[in-house]
Amino acid sequence: MNLDTIIFAISAVVAVFGAVMMIGQRNPVASVLYMIVSLVAQAVLYIQLGALFLGAVLIIVYAGAIMVLFLFVIMLLNLRGREDLGAGSPLVSKVTKFVVAGLFVLELGFVVWSGVFPDSGSTGIQSSASEFGSVKVVAELIFMKYLYPFELASILLLAAIVGAVVMAGRAAVTETDESDDDDPVKEQTVDEVHD
Amino acid sequence: MFEYLYLVPILPLAGFLINGLLLGRLPRPVVSFVACTTVGLSFIVSLLLFFELKELPVEARVIEQVLFPWISAGSLHANIGFLLDPLSAVMILVVTGVGFLIHIYSIGYMHHDPCFGRYFTYMNLFMFSMLVLVLADNYLFMFVGWEGVGLCSYLLIGFWYEKQSASDAGKKAFIVNRIGDFGFLIGMFIIFWQVGSLDFRTVMQTAPEVFVAGGALITAACLLMFVGAIGKSAQIPLFVWLPDAMEGPTPVSALIHAATMVTAGVYMIARSNVLYLMAPDALMVVAIIGGATALFAATIGLAQNDIKRVLAYSTVSQLGYMFLACGVASFTAGIFHLMTHAFFKALLFLAAGSVIHAMSNEQDMRKMGGLKKYVPITYATMLIATLTISGIPGFSGFFSKDEILWKAFSSPYGHPILWVIGFVTAGLTAFYMFRLIYLTFHGRERMDDHTRKHLHESPKSMTVPLMALAALSVVGGFVGMPHLFGVTNYFEHWLEPVMAGASQDAASHALAAGGGDTGLELGLMFASVLLVLVAIFMARKFYHQKPELATQMCERLSGVHRILLNKYYVDEIYGAVVVRPLVNGSKFLWRIVDVLFIDGFLNGLATVYSDISQLLRTGQTGRVRTYATVFVTGVAVILALMLFG
Amino acid sequence: MVTIPAFLIVAVVLFGIGTVGVMISRNIIILFMCVELMLNAANLAIIAFSRALNVVDGHVIVFLVLTVAAAEAAVGLAMLITIYRNRETMNIDRFSILKW
Repeated sequence: MNLDTIIFAISAVVAVFGAVMMIGQRNPVASVLYMIVSLVAQAVLYIQLGALFLGAVLIIVYAGAIMVLFLFVIMLLNLRGREDLGAGSPLVSKVTKFVVAGLFVLELGFVVWSGVFPDSGSTGIQSSASEFGSVKVVAELIFMKYLYPFELASILLLAAIVGAVVMAGRAAVTETDESDDDDPVKEQTVDEVHD
Repeated sequence: MFEYLYLVPILPLAGFLINGLLLGRLPRPVVSFVACTTVGLSFIVSLLLFFELKELPVEARVIEQVLFPWISAGSLHANIGFLLDPLSAVMILVVTGVGFLIHIYSIGYMHHDPCFGRYFTYMNLFMFSMLVLVLADNYLFMFVGWEGVGLCSYLLIGFWYEKQSASDAGKKAFIVNRIGDFGFLIGMFIIFWQVGSLDFRTVMQTAPEVFVAGGALITAACLLMFVGAIGKSAQIPLFVWLPDAMEGPTPVSALIHAATMVTAGVYMIARSNVLYLMAPDALMVVAIIGGATALFAATIGLAQNDIKRVLAYSTVSQLGYMFLACGVASFTAGIFHLMTHAFFKALLFLAAGSVIHAMSNEQDMRKMGGLKKYVPITYATMLIATLTISGIPGFSGFFSKDEILWKAFSSPYGHPILWVIGFVTAGLTAFYMFRLIYLTFHGRERMDDHTRKHLHESPKSMTVPLMALAALSVVGGFVGMPHLFGVTNYFEHWLEPVMAGASQDAASHALAAGGGDTGLELGLMFASVLLVLVAIFMARKFYHQKPELATQMCERLSGVHRILLNKYYVDEIYGAVVVRPLVNGSKFLWRIVDVLFIDGFLNGLATVYSDISQLLRTGQTGRVRTYATVFVTGVAVILALMLFG
Repeated sequence: MVTIPAFLIVAVVLFGIGTVGVMISRNIIILFMCVELMLNAANLAIIAFSRALNVVDGHVIVFLVLTVAAAEAAVGLAMLITIYRNRETMNIDRFSILKW
């Protein structure tokens, strides 16, 4: 029972706990917060596996940026967890879903248990003293071996941005246009911004 | 200059596109200007090309202009290409020249018509199609023009489509032509199958090596192509559409159903003369059908009372003459008669149109009479045309008709019986044409007062083309005077490169058969002139001096008269033999086979599927969560199968 | 010293929770986060494999998956806003018009 095992146990439990609580919440804001808890715990697991860079990215980008985006949306739509979501599914259907998911998890667990994967391989923070998973190594891979996939990913992001603006922005634009009709001063400022 | 050959057909196409695309937006003067100018320019280009072609040595008088490859699939190659040789040069001159005059005439004739623009659009499209037909350098492209003129014919016959009879006539023309086109296509396929090409020059060069002269294949190919010619040129048994085609505007009848389109069959046979010379049996059929049609149609023409119908049957009869000429391997004579016929028949129709115009759209000759003093120019020109068609010496019709008669007698493919048929037909022609003249322009005025008050000579745009055509009818024959008169037959000389095989063959045979017998030729010519004069005299007697004689005659021969008046009941026979069984058979197929069996089967099949779908669609809730559950279940099952299966 | 399978078991459990969430959640936002959770579980597994095989390339894959997840989140949230504007509800069961 060394320090590694203790850290692993705690973060694993916290990650699962956060995930379970995330599902069970009625208020979406609480859900997001539990999700962040789960993500932080997962980041610890990443670091234990030697993925220092990715652990940091997970916290900064995922917990920090994407989840905040979720919060923004929730607040933009003014959701308070009081929306009428109608009657829940009947008990039978809920049970069925749990059974199916349980079977699925058991099967996956069986795959792990059956020893297809090596249980060797050094884990723990100490062993990552080597270069494995450091920013330098990952960066070298990204910018040399995987340069083109990386560039393609940037194009994907661009497409996603455009798509998001087109989808969420259209209705908003028409609304602003309507309100701007009798306000020439505002239009002028808009023009200036465009210039 | 030859590189501008494509302009000849393209110019009318441009006119068609301008008038067609801007239909209803252009004022009338612009429409008529565009239509007439394009055709006129086309005529000028044709003239220049003709003179340029004349300058070339005889052997070099074949100009081919390939614009671009059209179809290239396997061994089939067809170009969009034009072929200018003496034959097509004559044809484009006739088509554009007569066409131009008729366009001018149409400005006056169609002046009151609300669909002025549509009329000229169709006319220009027709000019384009006809020029493609005569200029094409392969059978397939020619077929495009062939179909194009058929389409325009349909459109223009049914021009006044509000009239049931006009739209029926249009459909009849189209359907009857289609039967002929089918034959033409099969004939074309046989040629391609054997020769491996559809290009005129290749076919004509290789045909003698590929086909066995007089063999079954070449005979079949020629006969099938002749079926196409029968349909297009209105010969027995597919002539029924032409008289009905008179439902169209009169200039259309003049242009399409007299001067140009209907001669396409003659042109096609002349173009394929090498093939036909290799199939004497086919030539014999051509001659017999041509002769029979000439006589048959002439007899019907004797009893018709509608002025345009008389001319229509006269057209059928004259086309029969042309086929008779082709059938005795005298293609030159056929084309010569085609040309002179184009002049005088266009003139006859236009003059008839002028009469109808003056008579406030009355076409029945029994209600005319004495028009001579009201429409002097029309009368004069029509008289010239009538003298020409009758074959009075000095007029162009005399030379062409007489050449056909002489060839029918003397050619190695000819026969005295064919000559007799042509001879009798010439007499009948003179008789019914002068009957027309006397009934229309002489004698008692039988129209009602209202019409008489409105009698007037046609405007300049109509009379000037009449005079031009009259001049052509008179002098047009001098290019092809017989050797008999000690002059050169320029026309025969001109076409010699195209008809090389034919003329050499015929000349040698004619010499062998003692065909150079000038005395005989002179005698036959004299006989036919005499017959014509007698016929004219009789027409004068029956319809001018003693009209009661004609009535008596009709009563005495009432049976014959009724048969002639009803055109030998050909339409009725077709109706009973072809149309009615077809309609009944179609009704059976429609009501029993189609509605009951095919529709029933398909509807039953559709019902089965729709029922199954109704059952299955209950599974489609549209809810994402249900789908996700099913999806996960599927993944779990597949995983289980992979792990434990 | 923790063995690699232990991490994999955690990943499997997280994935299972995500699956259950997708199946039972009626709120679109939570459903959407469950999808993110499943992606993260897969990432965890990939990092574990990468460690086991001692190859860093797996980290690049995870990096790319994170990128895709970010893109997906942006587009998905935009859709969500549009849907909410039209329907005034977050209930996934209301969006069932994609059927005949």
